[in-house]
Amino acid sequence: MTDAALSPEKLGAQGTSTEASYQAPQGTWHELRRRPVFLLTGGCALLLLLLAAAPGLFAGWFGHGDPTVCELGHSAEGPAPGHPFGYDVQGCDLYANVIHGAGASLGVGLLATGLGLAVALVLGCLAGMAGRIVDSVIARITDVFLGFPFLLGAIVVLNSFTTRDVPTVAGVLALFGWPTMTRVVRASVRSVREADYVVMARSLGASQWFIVRRHVLPNALTPVLVLATITVGGVIVAEAALTFLGVGLQPPSISWGLQLAGAQNSFQTHPHLLIFPGLFLSFTVFVLITFGDTVRDALDPRGR
Amino acid sequence: MDHTTNHTTAKAPLNDPLDAPLLDVQDLTVDVLSRSGAAQRVVHGVSFTLHEEETLALIGESGSGKSISAMAVMGLLPATTARVGGSARHRGTDLLTLPEDQFRALRGRRIAMVFQDALSALNPTLTVGFQIAETIRAHEGVGRREARARAVELMARVRIPDPALRYRDHPHQFSGGMRQRIMIAMAVALSPDVLIADEPTTALDVTVQAQIMELLAELREETGSALLLITHDLGLAAGTADRVAIMYAGRILEQAPVQELYDRPAHPYTRGLLAAVPRLAGDTDDLTPIPGTPPGPGLLPAGCAFHPRCPDVGERCATQEPMLLPALPDPPARLVACHYPLEVSGAR
Repeated sequence: MTDAALSPEKLGAQGTSTEASYQAPQGTWHELRRRPVFLLTGGCALLLLLLAAAPGLFAGWFGHGDPTVCELGHSAEGPAPGHPFGYDVQGCDLYANVIHGAGASLGVGLLATGLGLAVALVLGCLAGMAGRIVDSVIARITDVFLGFPFLLGAIVVLNSFTTRDVPTVAGVLALFGWPTMTRVVRASVRSVREADYVVMARSLGASQWFIVRRHVLPNALTPVLVLATITVGGVIVAEAALTFLGVGLQPPSISWGLQLAGAQNSFQTHPHLLIFPGLFLSFTVFVLITFGDTVRDALDPRGR
Repeated sequence: MDHTTNHTTAKAPLNDPLDAPLLDVQDLTVDVLSRSGAAQRVVHGVSFTLHEEETLALIGESGSGKSISAMAVMGLLPATTARVGGSARHRGTDLLTLPEDQFRALRGRRIAMVFQDALSALNPTLTVGFQIAETIRAHEGVGRREARARAVELMARVRIPDPALRYRDHPHQFSGGMRQRIMIAMAVALSPDVLIADEPTTALDVTVQAQIMELLAELREETGSALLLITHDLGLAAGTADRVAIMYAGRILEQAPVQELYDRPAHPYTRGLLAAVPRLAGDTDDLTPIPGTPPGPGLLPAGCAFHPRCPDVGERCATQEPMLLPALPDPPARLVACHYPLEVSGAR
């Protein structure tokens, strides 16, 4: 119990306010707005999203915006006027291809993370709110999935598909990505469900479903959203790795992973084939992970 | 008001809900369960009756079981960590055996609770007005607009300045006293006839404490509800309560009308408490602390729980637990659980 002891000293001077230790959501936003790293990475993330959503806006900057217009005669030639990144093995404009590749990479990243997050929210809430039996069952299933080596599992499952486009690859990556997020959701749901405002809501006759929807989820969401931001970067790397190994996306998809795979045999003689898609991939992952880290630091007072 | 009820024996359930007392708690026990399933009793057969339009103060030190008793009556203790026994009848309906969905319909509407720390008892992500309005909407199925109007009205009733403007503010934008008012507004939103206030002013400044207690007393008067005030503050209870029950180690040791209890405490523990309260006129050097510390739940002494610290300990105290029985100087309104209640000098 938290009440003050019944002693003479305390009868006169009781504690005042706990405001100092309290971290308001508005305070976090205020804190974030003043961090240059947050503004920079946030801006870059937005730019990348725009790139993925509307590659046409950027691909045509140097006059050759169509990634499928190729001249085999220029195969693997280096940068030239109008073609700042040069040509790929098929003689297509590499710049246009790299720009169009953002869509597949970010698409897989966001879709897989979104699917995993949805599963994690449902299972994490169930595990956190329901009784011990449901909790144990979900915890064991989570453990089983965490036991699979991520890449190996994905390779095995992807090998059984004949067509591998963005949704299938994203689905398979989500299949192995949800357990970590589920654990985070469960942990934060469990800490929120003991909160005084949940007890207060129950004392006013709120139902379990109402409490989950209105009080538990909104307050338990922050840590998992931060994790999800970081996961997007990880998934993009995984997609590129799988595609490089030949079990990820297939042509006619355009992705950085495919471009890296295409550069495999010739990157010693034509390094630009590896460098440009690789730069974009690394940059994207770096931006997303740094963005997630900044948000986490701002939300976690212990990190200050 | 009827104070002649014998509080120590459980009564047969009354058939007519109008004749039944507003809230009748009999032989309430709470066992806290550890993960391994071992049970530890923290409330040992607490009985009290709350009558219409009455304020009963439950006073005790930290860990005396007063808050957990209130939580048990509200049905807020999780079944996985606590087992509740005895009965708590609201107008004859035993809340403790009521199916959860029926109990839920009573919570908020018939019996509501104000918590100690309003900052943590309000959802930080929602505006206060929304939280009040939603309570009304969830129970009465009124429209958004009407719920909003009633929430603003409630905020005005608990004296929030500019209620229509402050409707859109979040909990952290309010001062401690204002937040407590918001929580009180939520608790009385559905006009419950029993209001339980669990240390409603402990987290507040002394000046604000008085205002909040005044507000609670006023609202109780206006709505004709009954108030169960849980506190460790004897002074606070003196100004508000009609009757007082003193708790120690999960038991009620003494219960009496407020003036009688403060003027002529019959239990040695009550007398010890009163001797330890600083008075404005007095010298703080005159304060007499009670020697020792209260026992933890697992370390209860045999017999009377207070006997190791009692200045008037007798031979029966160590072996036999005293019952809560009507006692001098003013039975039957006074109940005392002591083998040797004080023969108070100057009593009638």
